[in-house]
Amino acid sequence: MSHASVAPVQDLTLQVKDLHKAYGGNEVLKGVEFQIAKGQVKAVLGPSGSGKSTMLRLMALLEPSDRGDILLHGERIGVNDGGRHLPERTLAVQRRDIGMVFQKFNLFPHLSAVRNVALALTAVQQVKRHTALERAHEMLERVGLSERADHFPSELSGGQQQRVAIARALVLDPDVMLFDEPTSALDPELVGEVLDVMEGLARGGMTMIVVTHEVRFARRVADEVTLFDNGVIVEQAPPEDFFDRPQHERTRRFLSHVH
Amino acid sequence: MGFDFDIFFEQLFSSSYLKGALLSIGVAVVSLVIATAIGFVVALGRVGKSQFGRVPAGAYVWFFRAIPALLVLLIMWNALPQILPSLRSDWYSPFVAASIGLGLVEAAFMAEIIRSALLSVDDGQPLAGRALGMKPATVMLKVTIPQAIRIALPPTTNEFIGLIKYSSLASVISLRELLTTAQVGVNITFRYAEYYSVAIIYYLVIVSVITVFQTMIERRFAWISVKPTKKRKAESVPAGGLA
Ligand SMILES: Nc1ncnc2c1ncn2[C@@H]1O[C@H](COP(=O)(O)OP(=O)(O)OP(=O)(O)O)[C@@H](O)[C@H]1O
Ligand SMILES: [Mg+2]
Repeated sequence: MSHASVAPVQDLTLQVKDLHKAYGGNEVLKGVEFQIAKGQVKAVLGPSGSGKSTMLRLMALLEPSDRGDILLHGERIGVNDGGRHLPERTLAVQRRDIGMVFQKFNLFPHLSAVRNVALALTAVQQVKRHTALERAHEMLERVGLSERADHFPSELSGGQQQRVAIARALVLDPDVMLFDEPTSALDPELVGEVLDVMEGLARGGMTMIVVTHEVRFARRVADEVTLFDNGVIVEQAPPEDFFDRPQHERTRRFLSHVH
Repeated sequence: MGFDFDIFFEQLFSSSYLKGALLSIGVAVVSLVIATAIGFVVALGRVGKSQFGRVPAGAYVWFFRAIPALLVLLIMWNALPQILPSLRSDWYSPFVAASIGLGLVEAAFMAEIIRSALLSVDDGQPLAGRALGMKPATVMLKVTIPQAIRIALPPTTNEFIGLIKYSSLASVISLRELLTTAQVGVNITFRYAEYYSVAIIYYLVIVSVITVFQTMIERRFAWISVKPTKKRKAESVPAGGLA
């Protein structure tokens, strides 16, 4: 591996180097370079099928990469010293530092909201049931859902479900949160409540990578905006530059579609 | 010779019928437990990627779906003790032989029920569990299985009712379950209508009880917050009441 001798960089929370991934013959990631520092919020934009979700799944160690490195606090994760992918049991432990929020929420339908959040603690961190429920309640309060704690996912609106999903990822106190189009499956009137929670997180100092189509959110909350296209990163800049003075023709074309 | 209600009621409350019914239920319960345990392992083999799991699991289902249950019972009772001397002892009763035999056959069918239940759990569910950092066994135990159970419950209840009836096959290995009890009574008294009617009543009662249980269990798997009962109303806090 070409990057075996990287010195730990102190404030870089998550780093991706030369990341490659193909499905069958379909090359989806073609050498992605990406990094995020502690407390930063990065918005990732890009057309459908460009590989944004794939990048997040690889960063979250949910799928093995074909080539390249993923570093958490400067240390390679997902592979052993020889560069071989770690077994699922070991990956599970490394995943606990990375929170993931899905487009379709993926709440556990058989558990109430508070138990969805508490399960992460009891099943992953071996926290006592009583303590876990207490902390889960606190988490739900943070996303404004204490009164819905005993409701099951089927009894919650999409926006409420997504807020529970955020609380569930948050309760494990991850170093970085990955959001994969967290509002794309929501009715327009429910988007705001989820974005508000995310903005609150960002203001609270959470390190966040947000794949999104919400240009206004990206402009207001992100420190940097990234255009992802065809398996590589095309442009990366602070929101004002990205939206008002894009350097690349590809970015200008993309923005003309979403604006 | 009309319908003699005296005989009917005398038999309805006789200990021999009650014992027969309990034996039928016992065989059905034990064989369902065996079938679920084996069926789960076989189902895991069939949904897994490894050929080491897939091939033997597929072979098990193929074999036990093909062989008649009656033949399996005869083998269990007559052939096996000839091969395995340890089975020629007291503990190997018709009840044990019938429960294991029916359990082995039923496992092939339970494996298919469990396999399709596991496959029908949304891919996003184990994905969410893995993303939270759960290990494979935890994902299976806390995320996949609870959701698969709900899907497997109705067909499993069907299988259980089927097993109650299949237990009558065990008459060939001299187990005096419910139907055999009726048949023995008939052979002595020739009161067909009365003895068979009692058997019908017993089967109806058993299946009714099972149906009630099914409803109760399925309600637990409805995955909605409990309808407000008096107790819940008392402890529910009005909106904002926690602040
Ligand atoms: N598990 C998979 N197996 C095969 N192909 C896949 C798989 N996952 C993704 N792909 C393919 O990889 C490409 C990129 O998919 P990905 O979901 O990463 O795109 P995306 O940028 O997230 O798009 P969208 O905005 O629609 O979510 C697509 O062509 C998709 O068909
Ligand atoms: Mg996507």
